[in-house]
Parts: sequence; C-alpha cells; structure tokens
Amino acid sequence: MTGETISDAQGQAQAPAGSAAFPRRAAKTLAEKVWRDHVVKQGAGSGEAAEPDLLYIDLHLIHEVTSPQAFEGLRLAGRPLRRPDLTIATEDHNTPTLAIDKPIADLTSRTQIQTLRNNCKEFGVRLHSLGDAEQGIVHVVGPQLGLTQPGMTVVCGDSHTSTHGAVGALAFGIGTSEVEHVMATQTLPLKPFKTMAINVDGTLRPGVSSKDIILAIIAKIGTGGGQGYVLEYRGSAIRALSMDARMTICNMSIEAGARAGMIAPDEITFDYLKGRPHAPVGDDWDAAVDYWRSLATEDDAEFDASVTLDADTLEPFVTWGTNPGQGVSLNDAVPSPESFGDENAKAAAERALAYMDLAAGTPMKDIRVDTVFLGSCTNSRIEDLRAAADVIRGREKDPNIRMLVVPGSARVRLEAEAEGLDKVFLAFGAEWRFAGCSMCLGMNPDQLAPGERCASTSNRNFEGRQGKGGRTHLVSPVVAAATAVRGTLSSPSDLEPAISAA
Amino acid sequence: MEKFSSHTGIGVPLRQSNVDTDQIIPAVYLKRITRTGFEDALFSSWRKNPDFILNRKPYDAGSVLVAGADFGTGSSREHAVWALKDYGFKAVLSSRFADIFRGNSGKAGLVAAELAQEDIELIWKELENAPGTQVSVDLHSKMVTAGSVVAPFQIDDYTRWRLLEGLDDISLTLRDEPAITAFEATRPAWKPTTLPAKS
Repeated sequence: MTGETISDAQGQAQAPAGSAAFPRRAAKTLAEKVWRDHVVKQGAGSGEAAEPDLLYIDLHLIHEVTSPQAFEGLRLAGRPLRRPDLTIATEDHNTPTLAIDKPIADLTSRTQIQTLRNNCKEFGVRLHSLGDAEQGIVHVVGPQLGLTQPGMTVVCGDSHTSTHGAVGALAFGIGTSEVEHVMATQTLPLKPFKTMAINVDGTLRPGVSSKDIILAIIAKIGTGGGQGYVLEYRGSAIRALSMDARMTICNMSIEAGARAGMIAPDEITFDYLKGRPHAPVGDDWDAAVDYWRSLATEDDAEFDASVTLDADTLEPFVTWGTNPGQGVSLNDAVPSPESFGDENAKAAAERALAYMDLAAGTPMKDIRVDTVFLGSCTNSRIEDLRAAADVIRGREKDPNIRMLVVPGSARVRLEAEAEGLDKVFLAFGAEWRFAGCSMCLGMNPDQLAPGERCASTSNRNFEGRQGKGGRTHLVSPVVAAATAVRGTLSSPSDLEPAISAA
Repeated sequence: MEKFSSHTGIGVPLRQSNVDTDQIIPAVYLKRITRTGFEDALFSSWRKNPDFILNRKPYDAGSVLVAGADFGTGSSREHAVWALKDYGFKAVLSSRFADIFRGNSGKAGLVAAELAQEDIELIWKELENAPGTQVSVDLHSKMVTAGSVVAPFQIDDYTRWRLLEGLDDISLTLRDEPAITAFEATRPAWKPTTLPAKS
C-alpha cells in the first residue's frame, strides 16, 4: 500500500497526481478485481473521456418504493425482466411494525405494496411479503439467505446497498432508471471509481463498536469525502469484527459520500456464509472459497487515497447536527459554529444547531432525549439486539423514554425470541415490533412528532428524516440502550451496576 | 429522453451545502407509483416557510438551481430528480454532487453541472443582487452565463453525449446483447441464484 495520505482542510480526499483511474491499471485491490471479473464490455478511451464499462450484475434486490416505475417502464417498452433468477424482492420501507396481519391502514402504502406483489407475480420475481419468515429489510435479508457472497456485484434501488460490501461484494445503490436498466439487461454502464483505503488499526475499548468507527470516519472525511471512491476498510480493528459489525460499517459508506464500501473476505466471512440457504455446498464450496481467497488486495497494490483511524483511542461517537458528518465523541460538547473555519461549514453548523435546538458548548451527555430507536439496516441484526439487551438486562428504563426495538428481519425476530431477548426488551418497557425500515425514515406510522428528540441506531440525521420536525442523534446500539436507561445520551460506562444479573 | 443542448432561465440561489434528498423530497411522497406529478413534493418542508427562496418572486419561476456543495446526498431516490424536473428545473449547478444523484440526473434528463465553488459564489451574488437574472447553461460549450459571470462547468463526456442526443440507455446496452449472453455462459456454476428458493 503506497498510496499517499490525503486530506485537505475540508477533509476532502484528493487523488495523488498522475494516478491512473481504476480499473485501467493492473487489478490489485479487492474492488478492482471484482470490477475486472464483471466487465462484459470495456468502454473505449481513458480518463475523463472514457466511455463507461458495461458491468454484469450478479444480484438485484428489489423493494416496493423504487421499483414500481421501473416495472412500468419494462411494460411500456414490452421488455421482459432478463434474469428473474438473479432477482429477489422484499417488502420493507412501508410495512407496519404492529398488527401485520391486518390490511395496511395507509391507502397509498397499501397500494405500493400491492403494486410490488402484482409486479413480482407478472414478471416471475421471488418475493418475501409481510408475514413471510424471510421478509425484512432488504439489506438484512440478502446476507442472511447467503445470497450475497464475496466477489459478487450487487445492486438495489436503495443507497444502503453498500451494506453487502461487508462480505467482499461490490455493492451499491442505484436510481429507478438504473433499476429498470438492470431488470432489462442484467448489466449497468458504469464509469470507473477511484479507490480509498480506510485503515483502522488497534483494539476497540469496551463499549465502543463498529458504529463508532464509521461515525468517526464520516466526521473525519465529511459527507463528500468518499465521493467518487470505493472504500476498502482494512486493518486489525476491522479484521477483528464479526460480519454483523462489518455490515454496520459498510452500510454507512454512503454517508461518507462513497457509493460502495468493502471488506476483504476472510475466515470470519466464510464461517458466516457456510451453511446458509444459498451458499455453495460440496465441491462448489471449495471452488468458491478458492476464488474468494484470491480477491484480497495485494500488498503492493496502490489506492488512490487513504485515511487512518486509531481504534485504541476511539470513544463512543454521536452526531449533534443534521448530517452524518456532524458528530463528536460522546464525552465532548456541542461544537461552536465559530470553530469551523469554512464560511459554508459555519453556516451549516448554525442552521443545524437551530434545527436541533442545541446550544454550543452543551455537553453531549446532558442532552435529554424522548425516544430511542433500535433498528434499521445499520443496526438491527441479532448481535445488535444482543448487545443492547446486555446493557438493559436488570436495569430500568427512564420513565420518560419511549423505546422501539425493530428487528431487521422476521428471521432476526424469531432468533431473538428463541434467545429470550424479546422478554428482556419487554420487561425493560420497550416496544417489541415486527421487522422493517420503520422509524429510520418513517414511511410507515413509526415517526417522531415535531420537536421530538431521538437517539437512533439508524444512519441519517437529516432534518425531518424520522418524522417532520423530529431531531435525530445517531448512536450505536449500546449507546442507545444506555440512553434509554438514563434518559440522556449515555454510554454503558455511565450506568450504575445492574440490579440483578437476571 | 428529451434532447438537451442549452437552456436559459431564471436562476435560483440556494445558499446551502449538504442538501440531501430527504430535503429535496421527503419520504412520505415516495409512496406514489407514478413517475410524474411530484412538483408539489419538491422541498415540501422548506416551502412551508414563506421566506424560502422558491416562495419569493421571481425565483418561484426559476429553472436553474444554484446550490451549495454536496448536493443530493443521502437516499438514492430518483424521485428527487423527478421532483426538480416536475417543478420546472432544467439544470442544477453545484461544486459537488453526490454520486447517485448525479447518475440519476443524467438518466432522467436533468443537467447536473459541476462548477468551481468560487464561481458558484459569484453567481449567487449576481442572482441575489438582481433577482430574476437569467442563467444560461450550454451543454455544447460546457459554459454557464449569469449576468456578468461566465464560467466553465464539468460534466462527464458520456453523460453529456447522451443528453445532447437524448439517448435511451437500455436501447444502447441492448445493442451489446450478444456480449451479455456470452458473459453469462462463463459464470461459475457456484454463483447463487434466487430461484428456486432454498431455506
């Protein structure tokens, strides 16, 4: 790894001068190798004037929100969906998390779900509907079924498709026109990305998790820092993480501006995949693992840019503003707009503090919240639920806090119930809901009221994201849990010893 | 897709960075299953404020949006581009666009023109000092003109060509259908398929 470290005053990544644009040079990094192995037709030319390459797509994930207009486009043009056997759909964004056996109350939501069902039937697409054991957030369902595997290209009309990069896939979100393109051709014309290494070495301290790593990275490089890059997360702290934890990191690559983030597959990846419904078996498994092992970035490979984060000194991280780059350590205070040198950043900070109703200098841990949301494609997997349950077990919820626990998939919910986690959450006073995107974006009834403040394990703290006028602080599952106990933004180390180990 | 060569219309200064797609169109409007009719949804939360730029004449009749850096971050929703187009915008100028938003713009026929931040600032001043100033966006010369400001912009050559010709991506790709079929024949047998479903 000889790429130069880069970061100007705004944290914007800069490519070293003269570097050839990926993937025209010999493939050496993980991302370049996956790209190389999917080129159907290489575009003519080079540099800025290059035509896009035509890339084959191994897996297309579909949900109800970004697909109706794409299906309609196919119908109008009289085109078939080329590969139903490389396509899978689930219902997640609009689905209620209560009373899922009843018709959806919101008529437009119900129509959108029904439209997906009709379209999947007409075009022969496998669909996991509400009530099905494999229903859930599309980015939780794919890995869980073993459908997302190392070295694949994975797309979905959802920006958090970057999640699947945790298994070593090149996975990214696309718009609806591209959804239609993939449906019709199973390919996408794509311009080369640049590559950025995110090196995270050291050992995370207790109470610090992969969510804190990615929030700290976004604060460091900014919401545009990864723009035009595929990120590769590397280093001893990344290698030590479980697959669930790796997915949390790759999930939020888009919040750093990068369309995709990847982690090289290793034994942890293979152990995770082995035995899953769609994982290869027998000789196929051996052949697949041989290939997957060949994908890792080589020692002499060059990245266009690199960024370093020290895991040893990392503290729990939390956002104070209205974009995911506006974050600080939980032990810090709300920053002053004056501390930002750039006029536009200063104006953005002033605007964010007004929206968030926060005064500069307020210790983050003094901020009282109303709602705690444990869920979303970022942090709703079984390990996230276990980590939060471990914090609240034997403790009492702050009486003024409403806490929603929304498993990422029906399968995660079942698994949690088999472990008794539902009872831990219910005894604590939290609500135990059915799977879906829920309060991450509030397309269903799970929303914040105007002015309501939320500690959320989701991925976006944009104005009104969780409900009109709602205020969001992005946190890890254990910080969310500790906050539900104390009522103010807190880490597990702030808690009194539990009443009992029950 | 409609061809685009140049456009001249009222410029709208949006002095704000990190305009995410949740602001451009909140999620509640994404429940619709149509591709048009999103004009009411554009910036719907901000438009409740009477002082918001699009509630002020003559900016309300604008067709060229001049925004701060990192425009279109966040969600991949192409509805953001549709809402801008349905309102009447033909082009957005910014010093940096989110990747997915820029891609969606190119597919849906909205010009996402990347200018230097200094030029954005100069254009903001022109549009604020003389409301109603016309902004010209010329895709042939890749130049923007706003009052006394004349500035170059960046857009990748392939997108520019497609916009100038009004070409449909899917038709272009289907010309390479034999190459796609040939590629499919080489895929390893162990790669997963979604059908038949396994559990």
